[in-house]
Amino acid sequence: MSETPLSAYDLAHADAPERRATFAVIVDNEPGVLHRVVGLFAARGYNIESLTVAETDHALHTSRITVVTRGTDQILDQIRAQLEKTVVVREVAEVGRDPEAIERELALVKVRGSGAERVEALRVSEIFRARVIDTTHESFIFEVTGAPAKIDKFEALMRPLGLVEVARTGVLSIHRGAERR
Amino acid sequence: MTALSRPATLQAPPPPAPASDAEVLSGAEIVVRALLDQGVTTLFGYPGGAVLPIYDALFHEPRLRHVLVRHEQAAAHAAEGYARSTGRAGVVLVTSGPGATNTVTGIVDALMDSVPLVVITGQVPTHLIGSDAFQECDTVGITRTCTKHNVLVKDVRDLASALHEAFRIATTGRPGPVLVDIPKDVQFAQGPYLRPDQVRPTHGYRPRRRAEPSKVAQAVEMLAEAKRPIFYTGGGVINAGPQASAALRAFARETGAPVTSTLLGLGAFPASDPQWLGMVGMHGAYEANHAMHDCDVMVAIGARFDDRVTGRIDAFSPGSRKIHIDIDPSSIGKVVRTEAGLVGDAGEVTAQLLELWRARGGADLARLKPWWRRIEGWRSRNGFGYRPSAEEIKPQHAIQRLAALTRGRDVRISTEVGQHQMWAAQFFPFEEPNRWMTSGGLGTMGYGLPAAIGVQVAHPESLVIDIAGEASIQMNIQELATALQHRLPVKVFILNNQWMGMVRQWQSLLHGGRYSHSYSESLPDFVKLAEAYGALGLRAERPEALDDAIRRMIDHPGPVVLDCHVSKDENCFPMIPSGKAHNEMLLGEDGGELSQAIDPAGRRLV
Ligand SMILES: Cc1cc2nc3c(=O)[nH]c(=O)nc-3n(C[C@H](O)[C@H](O)[C@H](O)COP(=O)(O)OP(=O)(O)OC[C@H]3O[C@@H](n4cnc5c(N)ncnc54)[C@H](O)[C@@H]3O)c2cc1C
Ligand SMILES: Cc1ncc(C[n+]2csc(CCOP(=O)(O)OP(=O)(O)O)c2C)c(N)n1
Repeated sequence: MSETPLSAYDLAHADAPERRATFAVIVDNEPGVLHRVVGLFAARGYNIESLTVAETDHALHTSRITVVTRGTDQILDQIRAQLEKTVVVREVAEVGRDPEAIERELALVKVRGSGAERVEALRVSEIFRARVIDTTHESFIFEVTGAPAKIDKFEALMRPLGLVEVARTGVLSIHRGAERR
Repeated sequence: MTALSRPATLQAPPPPAPASDAEVLSGAEIVVRALLDQGVTTLFGYPGGAVLPIYDALFHEPRLRHVLVRHEQAAAHAAEGYARSTGRAGVVLVTSGPGATNTVTGIVDALMDSVPLVVITGQVPTHLIGSDAFQECDTVGITRTCTKHNVLVKDVRDLASALHEAFRIATTGRPGPVLVDIPKDVQFAQGPYLRPDQVRPTHGYRPRRRAEPSKVAQAVEMLAEAKRPIFYTGGGVINAGPQASAALRAFARETGAPVTSTLLGLGAFPASDPQWLGMVGMHGAYEANHAMHDCDVMVAIGARFDDRVTGRIDAFSPGSRKIHIDIDPSSIGKVVRTEAGLVGDAGEVTAQLLELWRARGGADLARLKPWWRRIEGWRSRNGFGYRPSAEEIKPQHAIQRLAALTRGRDVRISTEVGQHQMWAAQFFPFEEPNRWMTSGGLGTMGYGLPAAIGVQVAHPESLVIDIAGEASIQMNIQELATALQHRLPVKVFILNNQWMGMVRQWQSLLHGGRYSHSYSESLPDFVKLAEAYGALGLRAERPEALDDAIRRMIDHPGPVVLDCHVSKDENCFPMIPSGKAHNEMLLGEDGGELSQAIDPAGRRLV
């Protein structure tokens, strides 16, 4: 007998592979709107890997929430459908799947080390076009921007070189071209 | 563009209304005017400090009937009963703080069962919000996840459009409760009144009503090829209005397929029709569940594959391809994989299907003969069978007699929650939509009496009966006073088994018959209780007294409570035990094996 109960609530597609997805959610900029979106994720048990919010158009009263989440295709379809049915949501785009959309994230990365490791950290940072924004004799703080995957990679390379701490902004997104979305 | 889900609906918000031609009213008067312009005739409410200006505006308004309840939860359920039996929004008016929190159960109930409500709550004045003022609570915060939408109106200039938008959102698409929280100073402030035709929608929300033609064509072909089709219909058909039931009937007739329905869809298809299989699901008909399990094409219309219906999901109708018609895209593919998802209104999409079906010249009905033969085989099992008794009133028999003795009348039934609810669904036949009001998704004990009150307000000539259990009825029994005050002749038909019967049934099934706290101890004398409220109290204790008591109940012109003493330990069958498939149903005759019916894994389910 299996350990997990055969729940009436189990989803038929629970074994399907998960993937990460970034949704850009254009919402009416009104009080409580962030709570509504975050509350939806909490209430339905979807996870949030990162979240950014900014007013994008004051005259239109719209904000853009960029949320990075993870799930099976079935779950991601549900997340999208649930977002779309929220009255304050005007538009939902899956950024990673939209060639017209660009994602960027900024990270501050603190690395401690000396000797060869310290030199190597500096060399890697140049390859990633990271900036040194603080330094002591035994540490650097790098500022690096890019797609989330690039930041992940930077973090991975810095780990053996003495990575101490990382602060990431979460993903921002925008659409290419001259038009407003 | 491909990943964009909606056409660009970004539009500038409505320009500020030209102040010159707009009438200037107080916020409270705006509320009253907006209700009238929305066609509201009735509201259910309870006053308090934070809504007194609105109550003052109601004082001189003969066109709005205010039904004073005795508990705000009941206002919400009464509004649900009103809405479910008419198709219009039910309106609730309550004060801040406890008034608002008392409605929460009813609001969640309405959200779960897709019932359109507009709930207006008073709030402390804007300058006191956040200060823990007297009777302050964060009403929009508390109800954010249990409303379809809600809004705190801080500026009287936004009030009219917020109210009109509330009605639009509550009644269109997948219906649901919308709450408008109005601080007391906004009720006093003067502002422009805008009519519904003067406000532009403030949100991008625009539900889709007609399905994509390519999907309609796909569905029609699937159905034409089907050898074992079935219609699985739900509350969405009721939501879509009487024309959806009419379209369903026509489509079922022309396709020759059997029809089953969820608890919430009863009445959309007539129970007397030979194509009707009875209710599906945990306590549904034997033939309906077997047909769902063995069908090859399932047409779900306005039904959401609830776990009470599917049972064990990996064993649910394993051999079928599914067509799903639903106005809410998030319902499609949520629980089961669907081959054809048709987003739109149940009535309009069924009409689209019917049109195309006719255009292709229908399909050969003779191909369904073997399928119907199998269905007849299941029917002959008499899954709703029970052992009759001359000694005690069997609850199933009581419902059958109630149905027989009310036949031919315009009857509308509400229920509480428990075994009596299931027996009502099994044994009371419904021929038309909007005749059956029950709490399905939330399963709220205490729903039935206030819902019956709401139904009776909307249908003064109907015979409205709350089929109740002796435990549930006590959760909103105070509403007898409401019925008396407003001369609403609702009947409360209590199947009194002295147990929280449904709980007792599960305890015998899952917990070795250890009946922990499920006995209805210290029951009141319901006859005297009814009399104390000024209603007629009746009691039936023996089978031979039943018919007479029911007749007296029906014939009495005012509210009645009939305390019908039934067998104490009857269980509700058939039953699909948790964790089992549709074709593993327990029947009444297997009753002895109750304690072995569920394995340890199933025991952890609800
Ligand atoms: C004790 C107990 C036992 C129960 N046992 C059973 C049982 O045996 N069998 C059973 O069926 N239920 C049972 N229920 C009820 C069950 O919990 C669910 O409430 C019910 O099955 C849901 O019904 P539904 O699928 O019709 O969905 P609803 O909750 O009625 O949802 C309606 C669906 O239709 C859609 N919709 C709404 N409006 C429209 C429209 N205009 N056009 C198209 N689509 C629309 C909605 O988006 C939604 O997906 C039981 C409840 C209780 C309390
Ligand atoms: C508000 C609420 N509390 C608890 C429950 C759990 N519950 C479901 S059925 C039931 C017993 C109902 O007993 P009764 O009204 O006597 O009906 P019966 O099952 O005996 O017909 C209970 C406690 C519920 N559905 N609603």
